[in-house]
Amino acid sequence: MEYRNVLTTCVYCGTGCRLYLEVLDGQVVGILPAKTDPVSEGKLCIKGWNAHAFIHHQDRLTKPLIRGNGRFIEAGWDEALDLVAERLTAIKEKDGPDAIGVLSSAKATNEENYLLQKFTRAVLGTNNIDHCARL
Amino acid sequence: MKRLEPLKKVVAEALRELDGVLALRAKWGGVAPHLFKGQEELEELAIAPKYPLPQTLRLIQRAHPESRLGLVVRGCEERGLIEMAKRNQIDLERIRVIGLACTAEEAQDCRCARPYPGLLTDIIVGEKTEAVPNELVEEFLSKGREERLEFWKKQFAKCIKCYGCRNACPQCFCPECTLEDEIWVETGRIPPPFPSFHLVRAMHTVGKCVGCRECELSCPANIPLTTLYALIRREVEEMFGYETGGDLEAQPPLVLPMELESGDGI
Repeated sequence: MEYRNVLTTCVYCGTGCRLYLEVLDGQVVGILPAKTDPVSEGKLCIKGWNAHAFIHHQDRLTKPLIRGNGRFIEAGWDEALDLVAERLTAIKEKDGPDAIGVLSSAKATNEENYLLQKFTRAVLGTNNIDHCARL
Repeated sequence: MKRLEPLKKVVAEALRELDGVLALRAKWGGVAPHLFKGQEELEELAIAPKYPLPQTLRLIQRAHPESRLGLVVRGCEERGLIEMAKRNQIDLERIRVIGLACTAEEAQDCRCARPYPGLLTDIIVGEKTEAVPNELVEEFLSKGREERLEFWKKQFAKCIKCYGCRNACPQCFCPECTLEDEIWVETGRIPPPFPSFHLVRAMHTVGKCVGCRECELSCPANIPLTTLYALIRREVEEMFGYETGGDLEAQPPLVLPMELESGDGI
């Protein structure tokens, strides 16, 4: 029997409300507002109250999938990343870097988002980068 | 923090005999509910800001019905436990209630009519302070019907339909919520339609709301929900003689008629 609360930041927008993930026996079962947080002052929007819903969701992808013959097949990380690198290189060579667009995620960390825009601009060579939290 | 050290002692003692004690923990620069299991964790025990601990107790008891737990409660939370127990949401037989009296300042913030526990326990940490009259309720009742209606319309127009009032409420435990049912509340509208969303919720607090203020404290739009529910609580007391959360044996008014009717063979 274990119940604890883990302090984190809401992943849904740039406001950055802190909140607690309620952990019961190793599963995230709910959200509590962080009442001492100066940003949210212990008040959340509907997204914040449901910020844990994807964690154990049955539809969440936990392994890379490669589409072949019209269906998704589980693959290893090396295989998946090799394929991505190969295809991005081919598209860039054939149609130019602006044929590629990158969508990042608020569910990634600030540093990961920085790296992704750096990769998009410096490696792929396009400014086509955006993210879901700007919606 | 005159209450913290005495509370640590009481919790430490309880931990020797129980599987765990549910209380507040200060960690990472914040305060949140925590199930204390070892003495070494008690350095992190905290008192405020309060959280709806009865709701957490329900969650843990449902997963571990055999557990023997302690629970640190303020007056409002103890009253909440009483109403939850009447509706079979928690098992009072399996918990040890550790009371914590609110300070005069805390009682003032909540305009609390009973800022101390003592209905389910003899253990009370801190000094009992005086009840605080709710001047907002008095002021409200002096206004006319139209003025009151306009006031609430204005307040509910601020609602962003976050469901925070419901989520934070230890007395909201229905597996299916009317507020998410489009028969009752039209979907896709912000603010939600008046009066269905807010008055359905208000009606559902009858005989259950003990004025813990968790709904109001979690409201991003600062809607004075505690005042609305205090008005309802007052009506319940005047009409049915029912003091919400005041007596474990008293039957809640919305349950009583059903039982009387079923006694008539319905």
